[in-house]
Amino acid sequence: MIRYAYLIPFLPLLSFFVNLAVGKRLPRKGDWLSLGTIGAGLVMSLVIFFEVFRIYDPNFRYHVVVPWLSLGGRFVINAGILVDNLTAVMLVVVSGVSFLVHLFSVGYMHGDPKYSRFFAYLSVFSFSMLGLVLAESFFFIYIFWELVGFSSYALIGFWFEKKSAADAGKKAFIVNRIGDFGFLIGFLLLFATTGVLGYDEVFRAIGEGKIGGTLLTLAGIGIFCGAIGKSAQFPLHVWLPDAMEGPTPVSALIHAATMVAAGVYLVGRVYPIFTPDAFLFIAYVGLLTLFITGTIAITATDIKKVLAYSTCSQLGYMILGLGVGGFTAGLAHLTTHAAFKACLFLGSGSVIHAVHSQEITEMGGLRKKMPITFVTFLIATLAISGVPFFSGFYSKDMILGAALEFGLKNPHHMILFAGALLTAGMTAFYMFRLVIRTFLGEPVDHHKFEHAHESPPNMWVPLVVLAGLSFSFWYSGWFGDLVRKPASVIPAPSAMHASAPGTVAAPSPEGRYERAVSFSLAHAGAPETPKAAPGNGSADPPAHPEGGHGTPVPPEGHGAAGGHGAGGAAPREAASHDAAHDEHLAHTAHTWAMRLSILFAGLGIGLAFVVYGFGWINPAKVASTLKPVHTFLVNKWYFDELYEATAVNGTKALSRALGWFDLNVVDGLVNLCAQLGVWFSYLTGKFDNTVVDGAVNGVADVTIGSGSFFRRFQTGKLYHYVFILAGGVLIIYLVKAF
Amino acid sequence: MALDKMLVIGAALFCCGLYTILTRRNAVAVLMGVELVLNAANINFVAFSHYGSRLIGGQIFAVFVIVLAAAEAAVALAIFLRLFATTGTVEVDTADHLRG
Repeated sequence: MIRYAYLIPFLPLLSFFVNLAVGKRLPRKGDWLSLGTIGAGLVMSLVIFFEVFRIYDPNFRYHVVVPWLSLGGRFVINAGILVDNLTAVMLVVVSGVSFLVHLFSVGYMHGDPKYSRFFAYLSVFSFSMLGLVLAESFFFIYIFWELVGFSSYALIGFWFEKKSAADAGKKAFIVNRIGDFGFLIGFLLLFATTGVLGYDEVFRAIGEGKIGGTLLTLAGIGIFCGAIGKSAQFPLHVWLPDAMEGPTPVSALIHAATMVAAGVYLVGRVYPIFTPDAFLFIAYVGLLTLFITGTIAITATDIKKVLAYSTCSQLGYMILGLGVGGFTAGLAHLTTHAAFKACLFLGSGSVIHAVHSQEITEMGGLRKKMPITFVTFLIATLAISGVPFFSGFYSKDMILGAALEFGLKNPHHMILFAGALLTAGMTAFYMFRLVIRTFLGEPVDHHKFEHAHESPPNMWVPLVVLAGLSFSFWYSGWFGDLVRKPASVIPAPSAMHASAPGTVAAPSPEGRYERAVSFSLAHAGAPETPKAAPGNGSADPPAHPEGGHGTPVPPEGHGAAGGHGAGGAAPREAASHDAAHDEHLAHTAHTWAMRLSILFAGLGIGLAFVVYGFGWINPAKVASTLKPVHTFLVNKWYFDELYEATAVNGTKALSRALGWFDLNVVDGLVNLCAQLGVWFSYLTGKFDNTVVDGAVNGVADVTIGSGSFFRRFQTGKLYHYVFILAGGVLIIYLVKAF
Repeated sequence: MALDKMLVIGAALFCCGLYTILTRRNAVAVLMGVELVLNAANINFVAFSHYGSRLIGGQIFAVFVIVLAAAEAAVALAIFLRLFATTGTVEVDTADHLRG
């Protein structure tokens, strides 16, 4: 079946074209076609997944390439697919969530006038996303990357009659384009230096040292910029909450499970090319994102906005996880998050469908009316909050563990762990705030409450399926075995062993690798206590002690993957010593991360119940006490205002200036030329009228004049002629005579 | 009779003819004036031939002129008939249709 993997994206593409062309005339307006094609894709993905799973080889790869476009002989662009364990998992995630969203949409979009077009858009989105997952070169991933951007634009702005929806679509597209531009620069940097486009070829070229150092860091950061845009990372996270203007299934599909995961997937896919500096950049972007958006989610009252900001925050976790070297952790969170966040979004869609409102201040007590939605929503909330036995606990704990491990090795970057841990508590808090205010307690708006009802089966079935996938036993074990961190392809620097194990944290000038080995258990027991962290997440990343020298290296993965990395150049015994030490450190880190994350999740949930469940603390009073903070958070850190003031107005001012230039200078030049032409024509016209015509008329006038002069002699009187004749003769005679 | 007297007679005849042409309106009269001019020329031909040369070229020329004058008269009178048919008169002043 894996040989036919390339068919998976093309099935939805077919349905896209058919639905776009004749969807309205098909029975049931063509939804069965979209549903069927993506369903077939899901079945194929599952079969492929189980084939891969049966092989159970961490290094499994299925890679086919055919020459696609030959440009001038030597340079050939290849088309092909790459299926490894990560791809297989992503295929199932994408097609699975996509299928359930299609199913949900049948109910949710029922009766919409653009019903078949909606399914066409869903299909093209699925096509792009599946293509992106299967791509095997930077070129093709970029094509599908842009296709995903386009189809998300179409879906977010689906109800374009609403100005807010149309604006949100444009915002998403433009903000994404900014990130995509970075991606383009990044992969063109790689292409310019290596001359190849396929992942494997690029990796090999980097291994041969065709690009390295700062340029490679820049290329990595450029590619990561694409992920910043698509995965809604700080500072380009602003589009995602606005994108909630789209239909709710779209929110679930794009903004929970697939499109925003594309950025994380991209980082995971090109993981081997990132330099330590790039990793540090990635980690801090992730940290800023997860903290900032987490705080905004606390004050949001729109159910979908809360989920949107929590999505940003969870994406920040994934990016942070990847940045600190937790490859498996980040991608595991991507997978688990896809399930529980899609469940949350579809659950919110179900709620919105029932009460026709998105404000949680108008809800309450809905558990009685919508039991299935409530239970599934609760399960997903437990998962995202990081409660043990749920999937979010499993993956988030891995990320926190990786962050702590990184922090232990590089104490300067302990804030990565502290901020993430604090935000884990906040996540639990705001998610339970959402659940309590929506489903528990007494109904606020009785009119809306009376009209609420449970959704039809084609809407709750996806909820149940997704909630079922929010338990951790689905993922634990095999995921860590199969999705292993790929070895970095960057050649190890020769100064590698300059800092021997045991030296203090002070970075030696020539050593790229800073090992804080003396920093061990005693410290880990009371790590840079998270209680000191509040507010730190917003602070700038702590400056390195010595510019670029103190660059940390991300820990080399978990367990057996440890030895993979840059160990080649190091002395053998030192490497084995390091590996043993790393394993010990990793184990310690994970134990403590797990304990602390359970503690913080518990604290967050408890606080939510204290504030919203039992009413022991009045949230309004807290808000008024912390008025500036509250206003700051309600206004989403003023990001929109900032961008409005700088980017948007700056662009507008530039456009106006250019418009002025165009109107006055360019048009002026054109008009001047025209004026000169007019003048010149006037002069030539004058010349023509006077001189040329004058000459012609002069000739005519002279002819007429002389004619009228001479005609007077033609009297017709014979005797005149004779008289003149005789006179003439007489004159001639007289002249000759004298 | 000497040559000069002959020439004077010729000149006088010529002047009579010319005068007739210039003063008469009637086309027939003008034609008669032309005949006088032709005959004045004939006198000159004959006179010069008689006094100036032993050949008789002048006399022969005079005969030609007479024949020619007869032909001319025939043509001219035919034209006058047409003119009369067209305009109802033979006044030469009326025959100015070609005047611009």
